[in-house]
Amino acid sequence: MNTVTTDSALVTYLVRHADDNVVLGQRLAEYISYAPDLEEDLAIGNFALDHIGVANHLFTYAAQVEGGDRDADGFAMLRSEREYTNLLLVEQPHEDFAGLIVRQFLFDAYQVVLWESLSTSTDPTIAGIAQRAAKEATYHLRHSSGWVIRLGDGTPESHKRMQAAVDRLWKFTAEMFESDSVDAEMAAAGIGVDPSKLSVIWLEIPDPVFEEATLTRPADPFQTSGGRTGMHTEHLGKLLAEMQWMQRSYPGLSW
Amino acid sequence: MDAAVLSGVVVVITRTRTAADARVMLERVVDPDLPFLSIEDIAILRGVEVTPDGGATVTITPTYSGCPAMDTIISDIRSVLTNGGFAPVHVDVVHSPAWTTDWMSGEAKEKLAANRIAPPGPLGVTAEVLCPMCSSDTIRTVSEFGSTACKSLMVCTDCGEPFDYFKAI
Repeated sequence: MNTVTTDSALVTYLVRHADDNVVLGQRLAEYISYAPDLEEDLAIGNFALDHIGVANHLFTYAAQVEGGDRDADGFAMLRSEREYTNLLLVEQPHEDFAGLIVRQFLFDAYQVVLWESLSTSTDPTIAGIAQRAAKEATYHLRHSSGWVIRLGDGTPESHKRMQAAVDRLWKFTAEMFESDSVDAEMAAAGIGVDPSKLSVIWLEIPDPVFEEATLTRPADPFQTSGGRTGMHTEHLGKLLAEMQWMQRSYPGLSW
Repeated sequence: MDAAVLSGVVVVITRTRTAADARVMLERVVDPDLPFLSIEDIAILRGVEVTPDGGATVTITPTYSGCPAMDTIISDIRSVLTNGGFAPVHVDVVHSPAWTTDWMSGEAKEKLAANRIAPPGPLGVTAEVLCPMCSSDTIRTVSEFGSTACKSLMVCTDCGEPFDYFKAI
């Protein structure tokens, strides 16, 4: 990519948010039939469906803007790790239910803030997708924050696991608010939002929930990133291998 | 095609199909998970236009982002209108304005209740959910996420029956 045109910047912008959702959708789908109870299994399945649905709508729009032969499946199933631009947070494995909940909670807070902001995008397709996604994210956040409190302020075992999850995942939160030239171009056009402007609003969400859950942010301020430029942790490759193997083995496969 | 006259015996008259005709045909397209609601009842159907080439363009708005019924609905729209004589049939998926339960008619909400699903209240108001069986208001939420993306699972503590609640969104 030599020059960043508005079209190609728009595609990049759409795809990174789609990537966040398709990777998290896949991660959540892994937990189906492993949840602690039936109602939670349904909830996790519903969350996965919401995320994959958002990814589908964003990829479909990106394909339209790109105007080539690629469709939504082409984006999701035929790109490899270095081409995926999701946040590192969503590709992290859960380790346990606490890990799933903390990962979900941190991302839900980001999604609520992001989609509410994009609800007034000058691009009507993005605005429409965002308005719906914001409502769904609000339901998600209510559910995940409820679990953070119940498990954080729970038994010694649940508290230990929750704190370990927070300690492990907090280092992936700053990446949500990094911005680059694509973000700048989208924000200038009123199409997107500068992520760095969202961090203050986002931070208002975990702090009171952690307090009620008797959880603390890790003492180590270390943060890591790289997802937006295709530099991922070792986990993404395995996730994509599972997600993509059928399309890769039988190219053009359809129902 | 306006009229066809066969040698003096049978007169077959067909008129050009209109958007109103298309709408009548589309009444048969239902939400596959809620088959008592047409896509017009549930406000997925946003517009119907006919084109001079004998085609039809149907505009729809998806409900939940991941609603898996949308693919079935799109293919049902195509088959109903194609069988009804429209060609080509285009389905435009439009995201803006975003779908909301506020678009559902009072009639649609009554159909939900008659089918033992508590209907959504108006957005922005903490609505009282009533048991669709015995109308009691002492209900308990089992899970905010139920059998489909749009529904929660509740149970009535009066009559003991479980039921779905169509979430206001």
